[in-house]
Amino acid sequence: MVTHGNPLTVGTNQKHRVYHRGKERLTLMQQFRLLRVPLALLLLLPGALFVDSARAQDDIKLELSGNAASRTRLAVAGFKPVDAGSDPLRETFDSTLYNDLKNAGIFDLVSKSMAPPVTPGSPAEMVLAQWGAAPVSAQMIAFGALAIAGNRLSVNGFLFDVKNTQFPQVLARQYSEEASEDSARQVAHRFADEIIARLGGGVNGIAETKIYYVHFGGGTKEIWAMDYDGANQHAVTHLGTITISPRVSPDNSRLAFTSLGRDGFKVKMYSLLLGRMVNFASTGGSSTSPAWAPDGHLAFSAAPNGDADIWVSDMNGIGAHRITSFRGPEVSPVFNPRSGAQIAFISGRTSLPQLYVMEADGSGVVRLTDTGYATSPSWSPNGQFIAFAWNRKYGPGAPGGQDIYVMDVVTKHWIQLTHGIGLCDFPSWSPDGRHIVFSNSPDTRDAHTRIMTMLADGTERHTLTDSGADMPNWSWK
Amino acid sequence: MNPIQEHKTLNSFRTAAPSPAVLRPILMLALCGALFSSATGCHKKSQAVDPSSLGPDSTVVTAITPTATLTAAPEAIDLGQTAVLNWRTTNATSVTIEGIGSVNVNGTQNVAPANSMSYHLIAKGDGGTTDATVRVTVRTTTIPVGGTTLDSERNRGAVTDSAFHAAVKDVFFDYDSYELRPDASANATEAAAYLKAHPGVKIVITGYCDERGSAEYNLALGENRANTAKSALINAGVAPGRIRSFSVGKEKQFCTEANETCWQENRRAQFTLDQ
Repeated sequence: MVTHGNPLTVGTNQKHRVYHRGKERLTLMQQFRLLRVPLALLLLLPGALFVDSARAQDDIKLELSGNAASRTRLAVAGFKPVDAGSDPLRETFDSTLYNDLKNAGIFDLVSKSMAPPVTPGSPAEMVLAQWGAAPVSAQMIAFGALAIAGNRLSVNGFLFDVKNTQFPQVLARQYSEEASEDSARQVAHRFADEIIARLGGGVNGIAETKIYYVHFGGGTKEIWAMDYDGANQHAVTHLGTITISPRVSPDNSRLAFTSLGRDGFKVKMYSLLLGRMVNFASTGGSSTSPAWAPDGHLAFSAAPNGDADIWVSDMNGIGAHRITSFRGPEVSPVFNPRSGAQIAFISGRTSLPQLYVMEADGSGVVRLTDTGYATSPSWSPNGQFIAFAWNRKYGPGAPGGQDIYVMDVVTKHWIQLTHGIGLCDFPSWSPDGRHIVFSNSPDTRDAHTRIMTMLADGTERHTLTDSGADMPNWSWK
Repeated sequence: MNPIQEHKTLNSFRTAAPSPAVLRPILMLALCGALFSSATGCHKKSQAVDPSSLGPDSTVVTAITPTATLTAAPEAIDLGQTAVLNWRTTNATSVTIEGIGSVNVNGTQNVAPANSMSYHLIAKGDGGTTDATVRVTVRTTTIPVGGTTLDSERNRGAVTDSAFHAAVKDVFFDYDSYELRPDASANATEAAAYLKAHPGVKIVITGYCDERGSAEYNLALGENRANTAKSALINAGVAPGRIRSFSVGKEKQFCTEANETCWQENRRAQFTLDQ
């Protein structure tokens, strides 16, 4: 069904030249980095010593992609409808493409109201001067045309370098799909990902990724899926019980989760290719919170003797063996997705749950948090950070709330990403490492939990679902 | 006295009660009825004793024992409808129906009870006293709670849910803890004593958590709570094979208010019969 776009007419040399130039300009500022404000500044403030002793890292900042002035200024022209019948799909396509590029967080996107009132449908109709001059001042322009012939939707999309008047074409793509709202959205996602791959410093876009999550209501919980932008929400499981903790495999072929049966919660496996449950061997007793290693192995929490430890097995539950053995609950393992060699997890061995990391064989356990109530780790794709939910002032009647934090695994420096928006939990990184999806309940009640997303520096936060959604898990690609 | 014996005694008492001054055969019949009702585990009176049908056996006595039949048509009505009671007696000098009063020896009467109820007819004569009962069921839109039908079905098992829960109390935990508190320890001791007294009973222990904290961690914490309770029973001498235990974390709450009373209610290890 899915046909990937083929280049129309690409001047290969020119394309490469532009691509490399763009990479040189963008990569450095678009990587994560920690900017440190000199500690001396903090010492000037009253009470700074207390802040320091509590290891509050207000002196670090997680930078996503530079400020707006250093981002690529990108304009998106409305796509030209070749025939009248394509108008409704064109609106879907245009808004999806615009939002994808905006959500990417790496562009200074020209606002729609500022764009010239033209819809160039082809390179011949493109007048670069219209887009290069103030106030548009675009460096790049995405444009194209959209047609419906018979039952087919065909889209031609272009990306031009405005300043390169001689060989402006960076990218040209052609897509052909069955005509529908959904395919208009998917084509827009694919074209957006192509643009982001060219201009995003070598990191692929996420417009085609999915988010799996728990949908609840009517006494049951089922696993649902949606596009990364919250569109296309639909049920995956129909088990009629309480099913939680969805984790999609790195190759998008399987979905592991935890489901309540007669003998309690157990890890179950669903094939997204076959559309049905497949076998996953039980360890005996309860098993919960599965996690995928990049090579397709699983870690999970199991309690055959009534005290939960971290176990690992293959994707069918075969060869399961325990790798922790402390008294107290050990749950929510997550592999370092870059190396597969380390596992972060939550342990209550010292009473309140804290964040730990260890080697994938269970050796070298290191505690990362020193206080409060820490849960739900998610390891960033580049291996450098762990996002997690943390209530630093946890206790009956204690002030403060449960928020999303990101910690640098090596330095243990952390920053707080959410502030005062209610109870936050279950952060999950996007595969490009630029976004974090998480669950949020504005009034801290479980029933009002919904899913939100934000850039990994905590900005541009917005909701993806209504209340009745929890435990999001972003696909690996 | 354990709850099962209580039930049996109640049955005997209720069945025998309508005939306090009796001739021996009647007492025998009543006892038969009591035994019958105990054997079936049913403490309803309607089928247990219908002396009118046994009348001929009583002819050994000089004075003839009264007979009585009491029927209702229909036996089940909707709320607000009426049913017709119809009774026939022989050899009776006075006939009363509880709740209605003295009535003719034979007769009919319309009744419109607000709730399901049993009509109890007592026929007195020179030869003694006999009685008859009919039950008129009133259907309401709500499900009857603790209705006689449900109870009688449960009573067929060796141990009823209500008797079990009367003897075995859930154990409750402190905030974010799976240690047994003194009160929880006492409950576990009582539960163990009950289980040792009823070796045929198997149970499920389910661990629960309050709504605060994270769902995945709470699942594990509930596992520890269930396991703590299970260990207490095993240490007290209950065979491990009689106990299943698992956690539901905070996925099924007893109480959904956001206050400490409610949270405490949810932080428990619950004992239920393993059906």
